[in-house]
Formats: sequence, structure tokens, C-alpha cells
Amino acid sequence: MTSTITPDTSATAVISVEEQQFNDLIEADSRIEPRDWMPEGYRKSLVRQISQHAHSEIIGMQPESNWITRAPSLKRKAILIAKVQDEAGHGLYLYSAAQTLGATRDDMTDALIAGKARYSSIFNYPTPSWADMGSIGWLVDGAAICNQVPLCRASYGPYGRAMVRICKEESFHQRQGFEILLELMAGTEEQRQMAQDSVNRWYWPALMMFGPPDDDSPNSAQSMAWKIKRHSNDELRQRFVNMLVPQAAVLGVTLPDPDLHFNEETQQWDLGEIDWTEFHEVLAGRGPNNAQRLQRRRDAHEDGQWVREAAAAYARKQSERSEKAAS
Amino acid sequence: MTTPGDSAAEIWPLWEVFVRSNRGLSHVHVGSLHAPDETLAVRNARDLYTRRSEGVSVWVVPAAAITTSDPDAKGAFFESPAGKNYRHASYYSKSEGVKHL
Repeated sequence: MTSTITPDTSATAVISVEEQQFNDLIEADSRIEPRDWMPEGYRKSLVRQISQHAHSEIIGMQPESNWITRAPSLKRKAILIAKVQDEAGHGLYLYSAAQTLGATRDDMTDALIAGKARYSSIFNYPTPSWADMGSIGWLVDGAAICNQVPLCRASYGPYGRAMVRICKEESFHQRQGFEILLELMAGTEEQRQMAQDSVNRWYWPALMMFGPPDDDSPNSAQSMAWKIKRHSNDELRQRFVNMLVPQAAVLGVTLPDPDLHFNEETQQWDLGEIDWTEFHEVLAGRGPNNAQRLQRRRDAHEDGQWVREAAAAYARKQSERSEKAAS
Repeated sequence: MTTPGDSAAEIWPLWEVFVRSNRGLSHVHVGSLHAPDETLAVRNARDLYTRRSEGVSVWVVPAAAITTSDPDAKGAFFESPAGKNYRHASYYSKSEGVKHL
């Protein structure tokens, strides 16, 4: 054995041609499409993120559908129905995107109703007052938009395209919520109190939607290297709070953080300590409504079984009929 | 080649959805969905992709019916136009300044 003519391949030998192509596309800020080769970790990470996101949209229909029958006017009822229908649509765009990665709809649904898949912890909080429809739109959808706008540029094509559609529709959600609160704040003392009480309950959970602090976010660095994620959790949370403060002033509500203050040096709003114990508790299934949300989803899926069977039977019949006619 | 999103484990076949946003424009691909048959696919496509008057016409195509170029042959398959910039009007620069050309 001689080593004299061996070219130095040690650096390139570990990486395949496909992997190099993948890396080049990511490096060039281009997009990965379903038929492209991708590392198994990239695929897994996307399936996890996209399916969690889809589940959040589907579970997210529940806290609001709670108020459809009790909306204060026909106009508000129509708006709420349109919004809940949008959430269903967003779930479907996202399930479709996850399916292009080889995840099946059945597996994702089963994981959700078996309690094995995660969804945004925010939807495990209750909606006891009408003002909560305002807070969900303003704070929860507002935080979602902040998170989702950078995802429109996610490196996986189908995910980015789904996010573009979703973001367009979310801005209606946020504005209608803001308007609900604005009208309540222009109302009676009781209505103003209801709005403030609701903001007090939703503010912190909304900030937790951005995920754990950067130094405690295990998947973040890899996701950012793959350009799925473009900004860190803390960065997005800060951006959100900076937007909220002037909006709260327009509404005339106070944000329930006594330590919130403007930092002249950074020109940002510094926030107080977030109670991460609560976040981890809710994530672990011990939030106020976890069990109820999952039970309702499970019931809906099981109650829908006959519809899926009937549709499949009808499709089978139709195709048999057309085959007969063709022969 | 299997279509992304289509698999034997899915109970319903995959459909690609195309929407014409206005008369005079082409149908453009907007996404996909699963549905048991073409009638339900078209209805689901309407509910899913045209909730805000995005279209005046919808096409649904079974994803399995689409033939595509091989993604791995990307370079070779599309290399014919490379180096043939004389196919573009901008290649002809000597006529610069001449009107209506």
C-alpha cells in the first residue's frame, strides 16, 4: 500500500453528490421541492413542525367555535364562522404540505387523537367571555403572524407556499379581533373590564407561543441552519412585544407586566420574567383544557367515520360504473 | 415515479388544484388535496382555495395522471437553451437607438 498517489478525498468522501446539491440549494437561499433528495433529519424535522402546525390550526377551531352560537350579533357570528372555516383550511394546506414529505394523513390524525403529537399550547386555555374572541384575534393570531411571516421564506417549497396563503388570511383574523376589543373598550365600564380581564389572561400565554427562550430551545439551531426557521424565538417575541405596546395604547388596555419598560439603549421594550413552568405544564398535557380539546377532536373523528366510509363507497361505485360503461 | 403526497397508505387519492383567477388568464397551480372522487375534489377545491373570490374556474387533476421530468436529470434535461442567448431579443444590440424595433 502506498500513499503517494492517493488524492485527498477525506473532506469530500463523507458527503454524497445529492447531499452537496442539497447544501448548495440551501446555501443559495433557493427552495427544496418534494422530489429533491433531502437529509432524513430535514424531512423528519419538517414533518414534525408542519404537522404540529396543522394540528394547532385544527385544535384552534375549538376555543372559538365555542362562541359561534353566542356571538353578540349576526355580523359577528358570520365573521366568526368565516374565521373558524379559515382555520380548517389552514390545517388542510399544512397537512397537504406534510403529505408531500411522505407523512400520511391517517398517521398524523392518529398521532393527534392518541395524544402523541403536539400542538400549540395556547389552545389549551379556556374562552369564558366574548372578549376572548377579541384577545385571540389580536394577541394569539398576532403572535402567529409574527411567527409565520418569516416562514413564508422557509426552505421547503410546499411549506413556504402554504404559509403565504395562511398569512394573507391571518391578517383578517387579527384585525377583527382588535376591532372586537376596540368596541368593548368604547362601551360600558363592564365591557371595558371584560376586555381588560381577557387581555390579562391571554397576554402571557401569547408570548409563550414563540417557544422556550433561545438557550433552552434544542431544535432551533439546526432549523435555522436549514433555513426552515429564520429568526430565534426570543427575537420574534421581542418584535411582537414592540408592536403590541403602541397597539395596547390605541385600545386603552394595559399589558399585565409590571416590569415592562422602554429600554433607551436598545430602543426596545424589555419584558418581565415569563413563567416557563406554566408553559411546560401545559405542554405536558396539564393545561386547563388539554383533555377536553383532545376528547372533542377524537369524538369528531370517530363521529365522521361513516362519512368517510360513505364517500369511499360512493367513489368505488362510480368508478365501477364508469369501467362497465367503457367495456 | 410516485407523486409526492400520494401513497398506498392514503385512503383517498391526491388531486392537484388549478385556479383561473379571471377570464383571460391561465389556470395556475394553487395546491393539492385528497378526495374520494372528482366531484368531491372540485367541491373541496372550491371550499379550500377560493374562499375569497380567488377564482372564476377550478381544475382538479389526479396527481397520478401527471407526467414530470426527472428531477435528478435537472441539468441535462434543460441544457439545450444554455449558450443560445441569440434566442432572446436582447442579444441583438446593434439596432440600439433605432425606433420601433
